[in-house]
Amino acid sequence: MEMRAVYAECLAEMMEKDRHVCVLDADLSKASGTRKLYDRFPEQMFDCGVAEANMASIAAGLSSYGFKPWIESFTPFATRRICDQIAISISYAKQNVKVVGTDPGISAELNGGTHMSMEDIGVLRSVPGVVIFEPVDEVQLRAAMPVLNEYYGCVYVRLFRKQLPTVFGEGYTFDLFKADTLREGKDLSIFVSGFLTKDALEAADLLAAEGISCDVINVHTIKPIDKETVLASARKTGAVLTIENHNVIGGLHSAVLEALAEEKIPACAVGVQDRFGEVAKMPYLRKVMGLTVEDMVAAAKKAVSLK
Amino acid sequence: MNCDLKEICKDIRCDIMTCIGHLGVGHIGGCLSLAELLAVLYFAEMNIDPAEPKKAGRDRLVCSKGHAGPAVYATLANRGYFDKKELLTLNQGGTHLPSHCDMNLTTGIDMTTGSLGQGFSCAVGVALGSKLEKDGATIFTIIGDGESQEGQIWEAAMFAAAKKLDNLIGFTDYNKLQIDGSVAEVNDIAPLADKWAAFGWNVIDVADGNDVEQVQKAVREAKAKRGSGKPTMVILNTLKGCGVQWIVDLGAGNHNCPVSEEQAEAAIHEIRGE
Repeated sequence: MEMRAVYAECLAEMMEKDRHVCVLDADLSKASGTRKLYDRFPEQMFDCGVAEANMASIAAGLSSYGFKPWIESFTPFATRRICDQIAISISYAKQNVKVVGTDPGISAELNGGTHMSMEDIGVLRSVPGVVIFEPVDEVQLRAAMPVLNEYYGCVYVRLFRKQLPTVFGEGYTFDLFKADTLREGKDLSIFVSGFLTKDALEAADLLAAEGISCDVINVHTIKPIDKETVLASARKTGAVLTIENHNVIGGLHSAVLEALAEEKIPACAVGVQDRFGEVAKMPYLRKVMGLTVEDMVAAAKKAVSLK
Repeated sequence: MNCDLKEICKDIRCDIMTCIGHLGVGHIGGCLSLAELLAVLYFAEMNIDPAEPKKAGRDRLVCSKGHAGPAVYATLANRGYFDKKELLTLNQGGTHLPSHCDMNLTTGIDMTTGSLGQGFSCAVGVALGSKLEKDGATIFTIIGDGESQEGQIWEAAMFAAAKKLDNLIGFTDYNKLQIDGSVAEVNDIAPLADKWAAFGWNVIDVADGNDVEQVQKAVREAKAKRGSGKPTMVILNTLKGCGVQWIVDLGAGNHNCPVSEEQAEAAIHEIRGE
């Protein structure tokens, strides 16, 4: 199932139960998967048109009236374009608004560089009070949605729209503020966020075949980062690799290094090397941005060699 | 509420002078221009109860030109939301009265504002919330004329009309001045009434926004437009710094300027007509 379909299904369940849950869109509800909810929830779905700043502040106003708004757009327009509205109308004013950005990083594919946000996590990570969450599969997203809805405050959800391979199995329990350890090893800590998580596991398999055993930890919540888990793993293995579909400046790599700032532990990064995106399909983009499994294996070996 | 609104306006102006004079600097011009509107709203026209400041279904005010915080605080204190002595804590460390309005710090403030343009959108969201709750509240919001240069104002204007938010009444403090000079010279917003009408709003143009009777008449007229299916914009032609001549004479320089305690004291005599 596509991630946006899961997202819309969860929203429908929440809106059914609570008339104060509402969704605001900026002319992208078809892309976000929520268009079909308009007929079913006419008093809870609002299309603001192509006006994201207004959408964000309207949501803050609704929140002040006791509503639980979710706002959505493509990732760059849900973050860098409305950074001030998220900062002041929502977070500074202590309002309860969930911000959903779809098509993160290279997953914007054919929309190209203008729509390919490599900096959204960095932009919002510097705003006090904003929680940043990036789901890796359908299981985790389903588990997270009601938790996010009940959490009072601003959460940015970095949502991959299309189908993703399953990472989590039956019986998965979700804790918004606790990273998920997917595999345990002794030579290297791999911290990974978003859709690259499945590939990080594949890289760990290849490394295991070469005698390098890895912790693979999905950091689904990049802010506030689960410092306890990050520190414990990094101290155990003595080397770190971060993997993300985002600029290596400002995102997961930065967050992990901040957590490890007082440790003497080498760290390498697989991520976008401070550049803008460009138009293409995913395989090309992964190659040109250095986000392939081979890139992960090479960076992992380098991190281990630096010990 | 039965009271002399003209006297209330004087009280509000004097308290603005006292708290900004005590601090030594502040957004004096755009505070003084709002006294009549705030007196009319809080002492005559809003359905509010200072004893229950968060009462459900109350009317609300979003002062989108958040730098007029001191004017709103002076009004709230006079209306009994908190002790007038607290006005002297304006902008001091740890105060409940920051330069720009903060709903989490000040009793009676309905929305956090200060980043221009945003409060107006928030007010539209509040009005939408009230419509959904069907609680009959009227949502009032004040924007500045300089603030009307923000694109977000017009995004919100379009949305409010499209959603037929006739429980929303906006006021433009059209004092014709902004920080860098006259609004007409910096980036003209005229013809303002035509713009709001074109965006689908009822428009009421008040010739003298510092005449309390004209303002009250306009607010009542605006309230009577509920049911029109349109939000209403009341354009208040005001005087920035109204009530204190030397502040008026500073022109654009009165947006945020030093005020000594002596100057404040003299201004209070002037306001009282003594």
